Amino acid sequence: MFSLAFLLGGCEREQRQFKLPAPESASPAPERTRHEENAHSVAQGKLWFRWFNCVGCHSLGGGGMGPALMDENWRYGREPQSIYETIMNGRPNGMPSFRGRITEDQAWQLVAYVRSMSGLIAQDVAPGRHDGLSAVPPENLRDKR
Amino acid sequence: MRVQNMFSVAGPQAERIAELWWITFAICLVVFAAVLVATGLALWKGRKGTGSGHGAHLAVASAVGVSTVLLLFLIVASVATDRALAQIDASDALKIEVVGNRWWWDIRYQDPDPSRRFTTANEIAIPVGRAVELTLRANDVIHSFWVPALHGKKDLIPGRTATLTLRADKPGTYRGQCAEFCGVQHAKMALFVYALPAQEYEAWAEQQRRPAPPPADGPQQLGHDLFVKGTCAMCHAIQGTPANGRRAPDLTHFASRKTIGAGTVPNDPQQLAVWISDPHAVKPGVNMPAHAFLKREELAALVAYLGSLK
Amino acid sequence: MNPLLERTWRDTGFFSAINHKTIALRYIVTSFAFFVAAGILAALMRLQLAVPENDFIGPDLYNQLFTVHGTAMMFLFAVPVMEAMGVYLVPLMVGARSIAFPRMNAFSYWVFLFGGVMLFGVLALNIGPDTGWFSYPPLAGPEHSPGKRVDFYAQLITFTELAALLVAIEIIATAFKMRAPGMTLARMPLFVWAMVVTSFMILFAMPAVMFASTALIADRLVGTHFYNPAEGGDAVLWQHLFWFFGHPEVYLIFIPALGFMSSIIPTFARRPIFGYPAMVLALIATAFLGFGLWVHHMFAAHLPELGKSFFTAASMLIAIPTAIQIFCWIATLWTGRIVFRTPLLFVLAFFFILVAGGLTGIMVASVPLDLQLHDTYFVVAHLHYVLIGGAVFPLFGAWYYWFPKFTGRMMSERLGQWQFWIAFIGFEVAFFPMHTLGMDGMTRRIHTYPEAMGWGAANFISTVGALMIAASGVLFIVNVVRSYRRGAPAGDNPWGADTLEWATSSPPPSYNFDRIPVLGSEGVVVTGLAEKSREVLITTVVDAMPDHRLAFPNPTIWPFLSAVAVTVMFIGSIFTPWAVVWGSIPIVVGVTLWFWPRKDETREHLALEKRP
Repeated sequence: MFSLAFLLGGCEREQRQFKLPAPESASPAPERTRHEENAHSVAQGKLWFRWFNCVGCHSLGGGGMGPALMDENWRYGREPQSIYETIMNGRPNGMPSFRGRITEDQAWQLVAYVRSMSGLIAQDVAPGRHDGLSAVPPENLRDKR
Repeated sequence: MRVQNMFSVAGPQAERIAELWWITFAICLVVFAAVLVATGLALWKGRKGTGSGHGAHLAVASAVGVSTVLLLFLIVASVATDRALAQIDASDALKIEVVGNRWWWDIRYQDPDPSRRFTTANEIAIPVGRAVELTLRANDVIHSFWVPALHGKKDLIPGRTATLTLRADKPGTYRGQCAEFCGVQHAKMALFVYALPAQEYEAWAEQQRRPAPPPADGPQQLGHDLFVKGTCAMCHAIQGTPANGRRAPDLTHFASRKTIGAGTVPNDPQQLAVWISDPHAVKPGVNMPAHAFLKREELAALVAYLGSLK
Repeated sequence: MNPLLERTWRDTGFFSAINHKTIALRYIVTSFAFFVAAGILAALMRLQLAVPENDFIGPDLYNQLFTVHGTAMMFLFAVPVMEAMGVYLVPLMVGARSIAFPRMNAFSYWVFLFGGVMLFGVLALNIGPDTGWFSYPPLAGPEHSPGKRVDFYAQLITFTELAALLVAIEIIATAFKMRAPGMTLARMPLFVWAMVVTSFMILFAMPAVMFASTALIADRLVGTHFYNPAEGGDAVLWQHLFWFFGHPEVYLIFIPALGFMSSIIPTFARRPIFGYPAMVLALIATAFLGFGLWVHHMFAAHLPELGKSFFTAASMLIAIPTAIQIFCWIATLWTGRIVFRTPLLFVLAFFFILVAGGLTGIMVASVPLDLQLHDTYFVVAHLHYVLIGGAVFPLFGAWYYWFPKFTGRMMSERLGQWQFWIAFIGFEVAFFPMHTLGMDGMTRRIHTYPEAMGWGAANFISTVGALMIAASGVLFIVNVVRSYRRGAPAGDNPWGADTLEWATSSPPPSYNFDRIPVLGSEGVVVTGLAEKSREVLITTVVDAMPDHRLAFPNPTIWPFLSAVAVTVMFIGSIFTPWAVVWGSIPIVVGVTLWFWPRKDETREHLALEKRP
């Protein structure tokens, strides 16, 4: 049954992963992309998005100085690894590199959140509305792009 | 052992509340005893079957009457105390803004002159004998400011600004903690109020207004550079350096604080090293990320630098 | 025993059962199971808190434990079990053959059961809610409680409040319209009065919390802003809505227990209750006043001082109707010829424990005192004193008292006394130290505390008490099981009581009474009700004059199936709003087939109608 599947999937979704897996490795271990299945991690990613001023260029996803993150255009790919590289290495034309400024774990949480902005992660894991001014629909109601 | 006891009063409001407590307690104790005695007598007489119904209606009515009178007295006492709590003279109050975060207190000392304002975290120093007006706000969820030695508690509610005015009449250290469930580390969100004699307070405040001292030696310099160019400055601020993050406690005078993590562990080099490399070993769930990737000398440098920020 | 009536009124299957006694016993056993489960959670919490800086249970699990403990105790045990006692006893006490709306009664049980299983199920899967039984936003809102934990909490409220509302409707209808002729309102037993008052309170209180929890789910699921101050909502709105329900909620638990007291004390004092009119008025006054207290849960929130003082006054004055009740019971005991048995023993604990709890309630009713005591262990002590002393002990007394009626067997007096003393002493050992802990600064909902606070000793003692309470619970279960199998036969009226449930066999037959009695006229009974089909007598509200005969429905599986459909819709709507749309279809089907008239039944009922 539909709900049963969601319920059982809850094991992964509901873990509070406070202690995160060990650091630096060349290729993303599967644990990295598991952030996408964990509601707490995605919520942390949403926190970093505000705290580290991603909104300064990307607004709440609609873009501005930087490209929109909630639409279907992905200049460098929508896979987690591409987004991770974007964040850590930076990209031409203005995306700064955050390596050394945020930890790897924080970056992977951000990756999961950015993917949720385009509806790319499971609806029951994606965050709900922000406790503030809301110019965009909450991430858990976005269509997959 | 009575670190946070409501009867270890150090201010007029906590004192008035404690007085009201004793009056109420005395009345309640007498009533409780009376009910127990009456119940005991009833059981005794009832067991024997010798209780006469004579005057029972009058007895019950009188008991209800006496109870009503006592309750009305307590209502009046309560309202009177409530008004007395608000009667504190706040004309020359020291103004401090307290912003509740998960799970630490952002303390911002106000002043009409912006250059005399300063920010600290989790520890509040106040001058003895002078009213302090706390403006209470919250950044995320509902918290509650509570220092029992001084006053009752007041909630910090997102979207609302509350005020709590109190005064310490005795010098000392008064512990408080967050009194509204705020998540996974609600248990470890303590705060400390240091009531200092006026001159000591002024000296402390002057020190807090100064920017951080420059690094004094090689390791401190390395620590400073790591702080400013690495992850720390994304969230923390140290006045006098380029680090200006507003998401985490202000660390300008970090070494003058007695604890790390809002009362979680004492502020000494070993604890600080553990905190920086893995805060989740001490206070799991905090927003500070782990820095296990730091090399040993880097960690030591950071600890040395932060230890110099008196 | 009338075999024809028995055949007419008995249940024919497990899932299709609608007899009020069957449903009530299921409710009681199920709520007791939730009580035990929630008690185990409490024992785990107490083990964690027994020593400072303990790491037996981490903060995340601890938060789930105290949330589910509170939620289960309040929503899955305390209110349902009181309702259930009413479902069993009210029809018997008013001389009726059945409760009103028996199929709805069955439906409410299944909804309650499924909701409770959901809550404990998600706790086992680490999806247990973790924001407290009153779950304040913004902590419980979408931003700070990611995942579905809080949604399960909010939906549990929907399940249990639906069940409670339906039972309330049935009790009011039964007590007002199905009383035996001659049982005027002034002759109605106090327990029935208590259940009627409770049911009216439910009608007004539950909608507030259903709205609050629905708004919370809406905020989390579809991005509404009820509790978002930045977009015009307010975090304090939740507090007002919740506590407008939450304060009456504790009276929903307390008032039926007052009814137990008023049933048991007269029986063991061998005289009618002293001051019946005052007792009735006191119940009604408590109910009204109970709706005017809610802000006393919010004294530390940002509210105007003068307004808060009003609630201080109301919170203190509500002690008066309860005091009236207590004094009348004392007078009843004083002028009676007391027989000491286990039910009376449990009821007497009320005078020690509830009175103390009520007095600490007077303390926290005062705004200045509450500003120190709010959200500390003092309040935990207070609430457990009033709930355990005021409801749980009388409930155990009620079980010892009515177990003979439910099963036809007496419970063991010896085991009962052992259970009582261990429970009473264990309770005091567990909860008295919490008063001092609260005054010593220990806040609620903390998973651990530093050694230097000096709270270790009192916490350790409290944990010992908690384990004693657990032991007393085991004794009770042993007593129930043994007595059920081998207890002494009870007979119709082992206690010599004077309410109508004792005027029929133990356990009562499916049809309750061979003949409906007529009160006030010795030996007169009602005749003419059909025996081959389910007919009941409907009487007028105030004077219980016979009004008309009504045909009652037969057992059917549709309440169960509709409850399954409702469960699917409720749980589905945690994950997607479309569940409300698609999930409604099976519900409509189920309810339609539930009410679809059956040819043979209709023919039978038409044949019974007689023109005036």
